[in-house]
Amino acid sequence: MRLYNDQRQMTNDKRQVTNPQSAIGAVLVIGGGIAGIQAALDIADAGYKVYLVEREPSVGGRMAQLDKTFPTLDCSSCILTPKMVDVGQHPNIELMTYSEVVSVGLVDWETGELVDGGTQESTDQPANLPTFRVRVRKKPRYVDVDKCTGCGLCAAACRMKGRVISRFDEGIVKRSAIYVPFPQAVPLKYTVDPTACLYLTRGRCGKTFLCKEACPAGAIDFEQQEEFVDLEVGAIIVATGYDLIDPRLKPEFAYGVYPEVMTGIEFERLSSASGPTMGEITVNGKEPKDVVFIKCVGSRDPHAGVPYCSRVCCMYTAKHAHLVRDKIPDARITVFYMDVRAFGKGYEEFYDRVKHERVLYRRGEPAEVYRRGDKLVVLAEDTLLGKPIEVEADLVVLATAVVPRTDAAEVAALLGLERSPDGFFQEAHPKLRPVDTQMDGVFLAGCCQGPKDIPDTVAQAKAAASSALGVLARRQRKMANDQGQ
Amino acid sequence: MQTEPMAEQLELFGCIQCGKCTGGCPVARKTVLNIRGLIYNMLVEPEVDVNAHPELWDCTCCFNCIERCPKDVRPAELIISLRGQLVESGRIPETIGAALMGIFRQGNPSGMAREDRAAWINGDLTGFPKPVRSAQEGCETLYFVGCYPSYDPRVQVVPRALVRAFTTAGLDFGILGTKESCCGNEVRRMGEAGLFEMLVEENGELIRSVGASRLVTTSPHCFNTFKNEYGLDGMEVLHYTQLIAELIEQDRLKFSHPPNLPGREAEGKVTVTYHDPCFLGKQNHIFDEPRAILKAIPGVKLVEMDRSRERSLCCEGGGGRMWVEGTNLEERLAFQRVHEAAETGAEVLAVACPFCLLTLEDAVKVQGLDDRLQVMDIMEIVDLVL
Repeated sequence: MRLYNDQRQMTNDKRQVTNPQSAIGAVLVIGGGIAGIQAALDIADAGYKVYLVEREPSVGGRMAQLDKTFPTLDCSSCILTPKMVDVGQHPNIELMTYSEVVSVGLVDWETGELVDGGTQESTDQPANLPTFRVRVRKKPRYVDVDKCTGCGLCAAACRMKGRVISRFDEGIVKRSAIYVPFPQAVPLKYTVDPTACLYLTRGRCGKTFLCKEACPAGAIDFEQQEEFVDLEVGAIIVATGYDLIDPRLKPEFAYGVYPEVMTGIEFERLSSASGPTMGEITVNGKEPKDVVFIKCVGSRDPHAGVPYCSRVCCMYTAKHAHLVRDKIPDARITVFYMDVRAFGKGYEEFYDRVKHERVLYRRGEPAEVYRRGDKLVVLAEDTLLGKPIEVEADLVVLATAVVPRTDAAEVAALLGLERSPDGFFQEAHPKLRPVDTQMDGVFLAGCCQGPKDIPDTVAQAKAAASSALGVLARRQRKMANDQGQ
Repeated sequence: MQTEPMAEQLELFGCIQCGKCTGGCPVARKTVLNIRGLIYNMLVEPEVDVNAHPELWDCTCCFNCIERCPKDVRPAELIISLRGQLVESGRIPETIGAALMGIFRQGNPSGMAREDRAAWINGDLTGFPKPVRSAQEGCETLYFVGCYPSYDPRVQVVPRALVRAFTTAGLDFGILGTKESCCGNEVRRMGEAGLFEMLVEENGELIRSVGASRLVTTSPHCFNTFKNEYGLDGMEVLHYTQLIAELIEQDRLKFSHPPNLPGREAEGKVTVTYHDPCFLGKQNHIFDEPRAILKAIPGVKLVEMDRSRERSLCCEGGGGRMWVEGTNLEERLAFQRVHEAAETGAEVLAVACPFCLLTLEDAVKVQGLDDRLQVMDIMEIVDLVL
């Protein structure tokens, strides 16, 4: 038995996969957020090969956007980035960032031939199940990752500096056309945004490429093409994550009309120490003194198309309230609620703590936000008082509903996945088979299956990894038995 | 009154008491009307004394509550149902009774003679053929004029302007003339379900018999009920702003010069702000067409009030409120609204609804803003530039 001093030692000490190219010993993980990262690490630590495909230039997903996580108030990046680094360095993980899965075919793994598509019925002999041939498109970064050192001189020189909306920062700040999404990116390699780069969109960038001139490593290469790679894998884990509903679907809150109204994820970027304001919560250049949080924006609302509860908002709103109290000690903080769902380990205690920090929870779902002079006014009924109230605000934060990714339908079609009525990918059985899908060998992890917090995401990722490992192990045993005969 | 049958019929059990209805109710601030509380009472009390709730008449049926309720409970329908109980028992405000009686007898809430309904045509209508065609002769577009536009002298300018515009654009239209009766939108909202059913049947039959492919109205109230409650399948139901915007886009209506506002020097420019009527905007999501019309008029600078579109402040004219003050203790919402309009620096407050026109103009006068703010229907402005 070995004792490991730290996690990184453990990941470097593992069995080598005997035949890493073969489907028998490889798993595809689609999505490089915490779910995909955790699943990949578990499988890789078990000695199997993982292809981790992530569409963005860096792994990290939503968790990388967060400031602190509930209920422990851990800095999200601090607990995430070591795993990101592990995934980048693990010998068994082939990290394919800025890449997308474009097709998935079923393969009879004994003959190596593609079989007709379609959902497989579960059989008694899972070891006979087909494996998967996956085509991955590696999008061109226009940067040679072998030469790029991540120094950032290109972005500083870019003609589009400060003019391209940063999606990672939820539109709060603008960046250059050549960028890394955030400073802790893995891999720390720059990427040219093909929708923003002057050369790629208009055919020319002034008289010279400022980025090329600035790059000391000569890493920028506009001749780069997309590449296609075919992978053979024995199991697939889908960890594609979630989106948030457009708050303009609830026009009564005037998102997009007033700059003082923002979503929870935007607030995370504002509060994050590595975010656009270095963690200073300012609105219109000033510190907000009256902060109002509105929950259930879109959630629990069949009218808005989202009948379910998004599960994480009660807790992250309490966390946000705490962060405001922490940074602006004399702020007046109000959280409007219909219910408070603090179901997890340490959650109710966290909610208690936040209330004791003089955060006022008022029952009533606000009806409207409008402006009065310098302030915004939030109209609601305090149902416990039984009368309509107005609360002034300098900042209004909307807890918007967690919804499936906009391309969920395409991903489902690619992999033969069913979708639940709420639009998320459907698990094989809601109680007893939470990570399996109707497609044998394809498993789900994280929010692509439904809204959930980080502990549940990691647990599900580990469950999916274990299920995928089971598929691989059964095949390996069958192979060994067949050879023995 | 036993609560359970009504609670079940209106499916109130889905209510989670979130309070979004009362929170957004424009009159909740000034009366004891608390729709969330009423729903709760319906659920937990076995009986409710409808007569103990005179505030039921305060509701303007703006339907903010219905639009925003996350659980599709439709709170305002409870108010309408409870009003129905009061109507049946006969214990209703006198003025409401008078309006209903007028509609029943003479087809309009003012109780004015049915045969005078088409008298508005005899105003100053230079430049187009008289008489306006009767729809029964057959037409493509049936123009439903409405009660207030037909009878109220302040509002009559609007149908005249529409007729001028339609004729200029070469539209094939006709009116029902004295055969036209109240659409019943307010009747249903005042709780008189029986009279409403009768109107739907009779009006529906009459409208269908014309055989027009389109129905256009002056008032968003008529538009709302014809579109959503009458079941006029096969007919396109439009509010006039949709039709006029369409005619502008098709180049059948052109405006060549800025409007000369009555009582003001010709300046070539005028600042206008537009008030979204509840029955057109909030309830039927028509926000852009009225604005498109105003923007198409040369010299018009359109400014927006803070509370515009879905957050527009109800003028308090709907839901029978034209005929009852209710239990409101504080000042009318229209007063607040005209101040909001004046604050934008606008010289004209444009409206697209006869009730908004009357209530807001009244408010301008009472609040002493008439030296700097004029309330005009969009068609009044269009009429100046046709």
